Amino acid sequence: MSISNLPLYTTTLQRFRHWLLLIGCGAILFFLVAPVLVVIPLAFNNEPYFHFPIHTYSLRWFHELFTNPVWLSAISNSLVTATLATLLATTLGTLAAVGLNHRNLPGKRLIMAILVSPMIVPVVVLAVGAYFFFSKLGIANSLLGIVLVHAALGMPFVVITVTATLGGFDMNLLRAARSLGASQFFAFRKIMLPLVWPGVLSGALFAFATSFDEVVVVLFLGGAEQTTLPRQMWTGLREQLSPTILAAAFVLIIFAIFLLLTLELLRRRSVALRGIAE
Amino acid sequence: MNKQPNLERRLRRAELRGQLRAYLLIAPLFIFVALSFLLPLGSVLLNSFHDPVVPEGLPLTVSALEKWNGPRTQIPPEPVFEALAQDMKAAVASEKISPIATRLNFEESGTRSIFMRAARKVSTQESGPWQPFFENADPAWGQPKVWGIIRNLSSENHTLFFLSALDFQRQSSGEISLQDEGQRIHVTVFMRTVGVALTVTLMCLLLGFPLAYLLAHMQDKQANMLLILVLLPFWTSLLVRTTAWMVMLQKEGVVNSTLQALGLIAEPLALVFNRFGVIVAMTHILLPFTILPMYSVMRQIPPSYVRAARSLGAKPMTAFFRVYLPQCLPGISAGALLVFILSLGYYITPALVGGAADQMISYFVADNIGRSLNWGLASALSAILLGAVLLLYWVYDRLVGVGNVRLG
Repeated sequence: MSISNLPLYTTTLQRFRHWLLLIGCGAILFFLVAPVLVVIPLAFNNEPYFHFPIHTYSLRWFHELFTNPVWLSAISNSLVTATLATLLATTLGTLAAVGLNHRNLPGKRLIMAILVSPMIVPVVVLAVGAYFFFSKLGIANSLLGIVLVHAALGMPFVVITVTATLGGFDMNLLRAARSLGASQFFAFRKIMLPLVWPGVLSGALFAFATSFDEVVVVLFLGGAEQTTLPRQMWTGLREQLSPTILAAAFVLIIFAIFLLLTLELLRRRSVALRGIAE
Repeated sequence: MNKQPNLERRLRRAELRGQLRAYLLIAPLFIFVALSFLLPLGSVLLNSFHDPVVPEGLPLTVSALEKWNGPRTQIPPEPVFEALAQDMKAAVASEKISPIATRLNFEESGTRSIFMRAARKVSTQESGPWQPFFENADPAWGQPKVWGIIRNLSSENHTLFFLSALDFQRQSSGEISLQDEGQRIHVTVFMRTVGVALTVTLMCLLLGFPLAYLLAHMQDKQANMLLILVLLPFWTSLLVRTTAWMVMLQKEGVVNSTLQALGLIAEPLALVFNRFGVIVAMTHILLPFTILPMYSVMRQIPPSYVRAARSLGAKPMTAFFRVYLPQCLPGISAGALLVFILSLGYYITPALVGGAADQMISYFVADNIGRSLNWGLASALSAILLGAVLLLYWVYDRLVGVGNVRLG
């Protein structure tokens, strides 16, 4: 079935139903995309208002975003936290995914269930627990605490994407390398990693985005010095909706588009590398 | 022939070595997850029933009360008063008096001042009789009530937080009863949480199904283009999407001003800071989680089945409901379960676009940590929420398998 060309034998009722589906889906897609798109022009509004029409456009809110020390430090905190959390989650997650790829591993299902569970456990509960537990360890109000929990939240994505990529990996390639005299590690680095890197990188991007967008854990574990971009937005939204938040939102939307495109490229690359058709 | 068992053994050993290596690769992540995820959740569970403030702060009193073990309608004899005086002196000296008073106050407000009035004066008196001293500090010490509260808190592990999380209380007489009408808030909040989660799930299914259906029946190229429109909001920051809805639904927001410009409404509608705003924003945020699993299941349904049903005389509706829909069920249930699980724990979105009457259970967890400082109650609420989520997650694992979560 293609979108507009219906076969000649379609009845009026079928035609009607078909168009109803198209219009309905158009409305649903509009519902999905409109809120994201509406924010974009409003971020360039010279006046601090949030409705149309916009009379004069300016970059003043972006100027505010990139010069105000509060916002600047929030941005840099977010970048540092997300980078550290991503490195931790990706390294440990990739290793574990290689282990989980073993074809006959007792307890695999349970291990997998535990490793994926940070995705579904309510963040507030985890944040409260981390606050209790890290207080005892003395790392409650620190960057380290936030990085640890963020890495735990991002790790499932790495495990899922890398195990999925490894699913199509031909283990005979490793055996061939080993039989030709390569060491375990050398074979992993030279044979396996180059073939699964799109999966690893996708997982890393997921993990980065998770940490970069996370606010609840930061609210519980972050002191005044650990204000991140989402936390700054949250504070702003609770007090007063300021146009600077929309400028930040615009930057994050651009980031999302970049993420989306990169992931699509990686997916294609991964399919091409593994030589499988989806 | 005699080489056979040897080969078998060597094979088995190689297999074991492989498994061991696999476990060793998983181990670092597992240790990390234990430290930054499992142990924190464990501390929540521990704090929901483990409450050593009173037994540790007033050890002599607790054991004196146990020794006496009189009926709860009486006030205890002099030795208990004396034990309390000793405990108070020790706690004042080590500056640990305030947490004890706060803890007592969670059970019955007003107890804090009763306790502190005696504690402030206790160092002025060397020796007994203590009963008149306490009654002099606050007449409530001559009533059995405050003693009942201390006795309720005497053991290190108890169910008081869970009782309180379910709107019950243990009275000073030791009986368990419903809390006073004005304080019964949690059951309402649990019901509301489930209600909002169900509504959002239903909305996501209603909106997600037709879109997934359309995508699944399009050519791959076109479908991929439209899929980007689904994935863009999915990848956009949660706070950005919530901000967007605040902007859209405000009194002078885009939706209201458009409707007014079209002449459909005269006065701006109240669209945000109420249940409507919460449902709309949460549905928008969670919709991709239903579309993606439904889409990937529908794409694998051979179109010939519906055609066969039609050619055998089934009406379009019959073919759809009896042949097509049952084949979609794995995708529908996966999406619905995921959305329901995720919405149960929502905090940020309701807190920003909802009003006071729309807050869900996560809000009350955060509130009890941040404002009321009743950590035990927050933990018990968390434990109930966590239990529900893990139960549903178990169902999800049985049904879908956690490794098959689709991430766009």
